[in-house]
Amino acid sequence: MTKTFTLDGKTIPFEEGETIMEAAAAAGVYIPHLCHHPEFKPHGSCKLCTVNIGGRLGASCTNKAAAGMVVESETEALNADRRALTQMLFVEGNHICPSCEKSGNCQLQAVAYHLGMLTPHFTHFYPARDIDASHPDVLIERNRCILCELCVRASRDVDGKNIFGIGGRGIKARLIVNSASGRLADTNMSVRDRAAEVCPTGAIIPKRHGFTVPIGRRLYDHQSIAEVPVAGIGRPKRD
Amino acid sequence: MSDYDVCDLPGIVARWNNDPANLVQILRNVQESCGTIPSDTLDQLAKLLGVPRVRIEATASFYHFFHAESHGAYEILFSDNIIDHMAGKEALKRYLCERLWLEPRKLSEDGLVYVDDTADIGLADQAPSMLVNGHAVPSLDHSRLDLIAELIRNKKPLADWPPMLFEIPDNIRQGGPLTGEAFTPGAALLATIARGTDETLAELDAANLRGRGGAGFKTATKWASCRKAEGESLLRKHAGPPQVFPGPLGGEPSEARFSGGAHYVVCNADEGEPGTFKDRVLLNSHADLVFEGMTVCARVIGAKQGLVYLRGEYRNLLEKLKSVLARRREKGLLGKNILGEAGFDFDIEIHLGAGAYICGEESALIESLEGKPGKPRNRPPFPDRCGYRNQPTVVNNVETFACAARIAERGGAVFAASGTPQSTGSKLISVSGDCARPGIYEVPFGVTVRQILIECGAEDAHAVQVSGPSGTCISFREFDRRIAFEDLPTAGAFMVFSRERDMFEVARNFTHFFAHESCGFCTPCRVGTSLLRNTMDKLAAGKGSAYDMNEMKNIMRILQDMAHCGLGHTAANPVVQTMEKFPDAYEKRLKKLDFEPAFDLDGALQTARLITGRDDEWAHIAGEP
Repeated sequence: MTKTFTLDGKTIPFEEGETIMEAAAAAGVYIPHLCHHPEFKPHGSCKLCTVNIGGRLGASCTNKAAAGMVVESETEALNADRRALTQMLFVEGNHICPSCEKSGNCQLQAVAYHLGMLTPHFTHFYPARDIDASHPDVLIERNRCILCELCVRASRDVDGKNIFGIGGRGIKARLIVNSASGRLADTNMSVRDRAAEVCPTGAIIPKRHGFTVPIGRRLYDHQSIAEVPVAGIGRPKRD
Repeated sequence: MSDYDVCDLPGIVARWNNDPANLVQILRNVQESCGTIPSDTLDQLAKLLGVPRVRIEATASFYHFFHAESHGAYEILFSDNIIDHMAGKEALKRYLCERLWLEPRKLSEDGLVYVDDTADIGLADQAPSMLVNGHAVPSLDHSRLDLIAELIRNKKPLADWPPMLFEIPDNIRQGGPLTGEAFTPGAALLATIARGTDETLAELDAANLRGRGGAGFKTATKWASCRKAEGESLLRKHAGPPQVFPGPLGGEPSEARFSGGAHYVVCNADEGEPGTFKDRVLLNSHADLVFEGMTVCARVIGAKQGLVYLRGEYRNLLEKLKSVLARRREKGLLGKNILGEAGFDFDIEIHLGAGAYICGEESALIESLEGKPGKPRNRPPFPDRCGYRNQPTVVNNVETFACAARIAERGGAVFAASGTPQSTGSKLISVSGDCARPGIYEVPFGVTVRQILIECGAEDAHAVQVSGPSGTCISFREFDRRIAFEDLPTAGAFMVFSRERDMFEVARNFTHFFAHESCGFCTPCRVGTSLLRNTMDKLAAGKGSAYDMNEMKNIMRILQDMAHCGLGHTAANPVVQTMEKFPDAYEKRLKKLDFEPAFDLDGALQTARLITGRDDEWAHIAGEP
């Protein structure tokens, strides 16, 4: 017999060991998230996917599903908190959507739309961050980095290269690369690496492909992120 | 206290068994012997340890005490707690800088000396204080700074400085079972061996000992659960495939190489909560009690190795603690076949922190012990099942181990006879601030705040910050509340503020502390702590409004709901509590407006004024002089 829990009143089946996020995605239920990606080990840092688990709040990407659990996700309070977290991500970096090649394909932008974020709300930090254009095929635009560590995980766990890491701490945390010069060109990065395409924002992007698909015809231009099958999320895989 | 020699990297790495898990210790040794951790050192370490450079850099750039640029022959860090400020820290720092002709956070022109701030260094009873090349100097005043400036100008090596500068009295004002009664090393172990481990656990349970780090988790439950958890050696015996534990932060493969025992005992001596200094005193004068408690724990859970994570600020205790360990080995209280018991093998190693408050959180502490940035892990699993090197680990506070030793020695009933039913035994309180007799008070749980205030001579007390910035701020109306898990739980800090003190400035100091110490892993804490700090600074600059007050309450809710660990959950407490209890301190700073922007329009024109050489009326925004 399949085990189940309820998510916003809906019965969700799950397999032993699955997280709430995994089980929800398999059932076609979207929980907002940014640092989670079904192909990589859960990280639990963006906190957007925080849900109410029987009265206790926890990240749905790192908390395992359990039989009979009562989980709430689409509540006014949780979505208000998620909106605030998204606003925090916007003001701690320098996100200029109109001039960004990723606009329309960007998960940060799409989540912001989904959550009804209309303004950045908080005072901008306007941090001074570096751009690394040294690599012939891949650009690092740290102004857009949200520290989700997907590139870190992809490079370490899939590419087996350990090209990326997070240096510093607190608000000064920053994306670092595996070279003495600190330049991407001096690593063994390839544009074919998984780490080159996994970035949810425009912080790591392949060069010379910025506008291959014109704005207006991009992934989130006509659909909410909740309805778009991004790498298996938001799309039923088990029915 | 070495002068900086040529840095022997291979030697340092070999001393730490070529094990990347010891990276924080290796970097500490490099920093201490070379004065910096230069970029090419990271490459050499990567080669020597066989790990990617990016991981070495991640760790090296995380900790406050590591730096790539030179801080000269003398690095001076002033303790920056509000208590230090109240004792005149800012003026004294300016005084020293003037004497040495330098600016803070800038290496002196002759490359000799560097002055900066650091989070509370555990000497609030002897404030203001500083670290010189990692060694604590308490009770600063003009004459001490004159002497220090003279020693620096004469380039006197730190080892030749007058020892009296580094003398740190315990200031035990009221003793108890831990700090006031003699202990014979070995007594608790003999009793444990005689009684048996099951019975010792039963005594601990009967004592109802709860963790002294502040959270109050029942120690017997933690030990029993860890004892039951299967370690590596047991897993190997199973026929099936070995159980794979998730790595820290949800999956980073552990570099750990299993070295013997499968269970570990870890003593959390990362006493970073501003205003707390009781572990400093326990380790300075009652280390045997602490080490014995760890050894009792090892006996109960079946551990072969123990680790003390000593905060970097307590570097001056290291040699002394090592000599206590050596003495215990000589007496057969550590090492192989302890007290002649065949197979009772256990030893303790000391690891030093490197300036990161977050490492007081037990899973961040374990990450740091494993050579990584101190970022709290995703839990569950908890350390009792999956801790150091992903093995079952008991992590307890220094004071908890000391209590455990007393319980093993004297039995649970004696221990439970003092305190309250839910909070048994005694508690070490670190009293500082506006009082006549700052220091350590070992009191039975259940004592009122007022009683402690009377004992320490705080006649004009107006507010007390119990358990540090992450604890509770109470006003004079609440002085009859009790120190106990069921009322005011505490890790030990007790900072007293008199009527003259500005509680807004107290809270503002704490927001700066949390913003500096946030590890940066999760969004709410990384950004939220900086937003709080900026908003408090905005209020301090006279640009605050009622809107900002509401904003801070909102940020507090988000931190409490969404943050990854206790640091984030509590980071807004000082602001919200002082707002509630001392509204005047805030209201007098507010402009009577709904909203006032942080942006200073006239200030933004300053660059233009400098370029054009103008400072006339028309070069300013009207109404803003």
